[in-house]
Amino acid sequence: MRTWVPVAVTGLLTGPAAAADMTVKVEIPTLSVAEYHKPYVAVWVEKPDQSVVGNLAVWYSLKMRDNEGVKWLKDLRQWWRRSGRSLEMPVDGISGATRAPGLHEVDTKALPLASLPPGEYALVVEAAREVGGRELLRVPFQWPPAKPVTGTAKGESELGTVTIDLKP
Amino acid sequence: MPKKIAALALALTVALPLTAEAHRAWMLPSATVLSGKDPWVTVDAAVSNDLFYFEHFPLQLDGLAVMAPDGSPVKTENASTGRYRSTFDVHLTQPGTYKMAVAGDNLFASYKLDGQQKRWRGTPDKLADIPANATDLKIRHSQRRLEVFVTAGKPSDGVLKPTGKGLELVPVTHPNDLFAGESARFTLLLDGRPASGIEVEVVPGGNRYRTKLNDMTVKTDDTGGFAVTWPEPGMYWLSADVTDTNPSVPQASERTASYTVTLEVLPQ
Repeated sequence: MRTWVPVAVTGLLTGPAAAADMTVKVEIPTLSVAEYHKPYVAVWVEKPDQSVVGNLAVWYSLKMRDNEGVKWLKDLRQWWRRSGRSLEMPVDGISGATRAPGLHEVDTKALPLASLPPGEYALVVEAAREVGGRELLRVPFQWPPAKPVTGTAKGESELGTVTIDLKP
Repeated sequence: MPKKIAALALALTVALPLTAEAHRAWMLPSATVLSGKDPWVTVDAAVSNDLFYFEHFPLQLDGLAVMAPDGSPVKTENASTGRYRSTFDVHLTQPGTYKMAVAGDNLFASYKLDGQQKRWRGTPDKLADIPANATDLKIRHSQRRLEVFVTAGKPSDGVLKPTGKGLELVPVTHPNDLFAGESARFTLLLDGRPASGIEVEVVPGGNRYRTKLNDMTVKTDDTGGFAVTWPEPGMYWLSADVTDTNPSVPQASERTASYTVTLEVLPQ
């Protein structure tokens, strides 16, 4: 089932910026489970019709022998459906190793922000954990931002807080 | 039940698994959506009441054909038939969608020989086994097809082309791109032409652990088309059959064409 989490988008007063910018942070929660593996995580931006604008990050077991970690990429089901299955992993600038619990800033360089047409978008974060669960969060946003805004969504199981900061 | 009748009942059940009164025949792949460099699937095949539990008879794998995304035949590995199920492995060496089909034609004949009522069952190429002096010969043609689709990487359409023989499903929505809460469209063809007004039975798997079957029946429209909205993720069994007087075997008077597919619906 898709997990929809209400999102609060609030204006924040921040310093002036030269060009519109985006900062994305993903929290991986600490879980008390018998067998823990760091989750596979995909971060991307989609249009309202759920078509993919671009991937920001895919964290998976990319250093396994014979590239074996790609076997479980399909467990990021929505990401796999929307773009993963069309990609040849690893992809420069997107692929990364799995992350430990904590707050992680996601590099947004892979997204061509300067050429992104004005409109409605959503940041999507999907996490799937070996012998664990799966969770997907969406944070809608407007691009370009008229003023500094922060959007957040909070996960209930496999993800902590996901934050997107936009500056005009 | 006397032994002889029990044996006959068993023979009939195995022979006619797809008619309305019989059990359900199915194949169940270990996965339908795969990633990775060297994917394999293993497939169970059985005839049972509950879906998808092997509890009655194995599905005979005669007539099993696996088609690779480029249309070439794929050799199955580790095939075996046990008491309750058959199983085989398929190595997915190409990216794209594979089709696994158990298809075949069977004939059921009744006739009189020297005043004695006789029955015969066989394939069309064995029709000559029926004695030439048989009288009151009546032959029924059973044409069946069971399919599953699995995809390594990006789905492809090459294997979705129908053969033009018997009852077949042509997916409009890709069969490995099905998600709970969404609607999927398919077209049913009989001998390559739209099969309209056919009832398609849709049964979600896992009924051993629920009291209701939760099945749905959908009727094909004038173009043979129908749509299914998947209420839950899981494995679904879709089946349809049609009886007409157009057997492809000229000696037969009646034909029952059946089609069954196992589809996996993923969570959102």
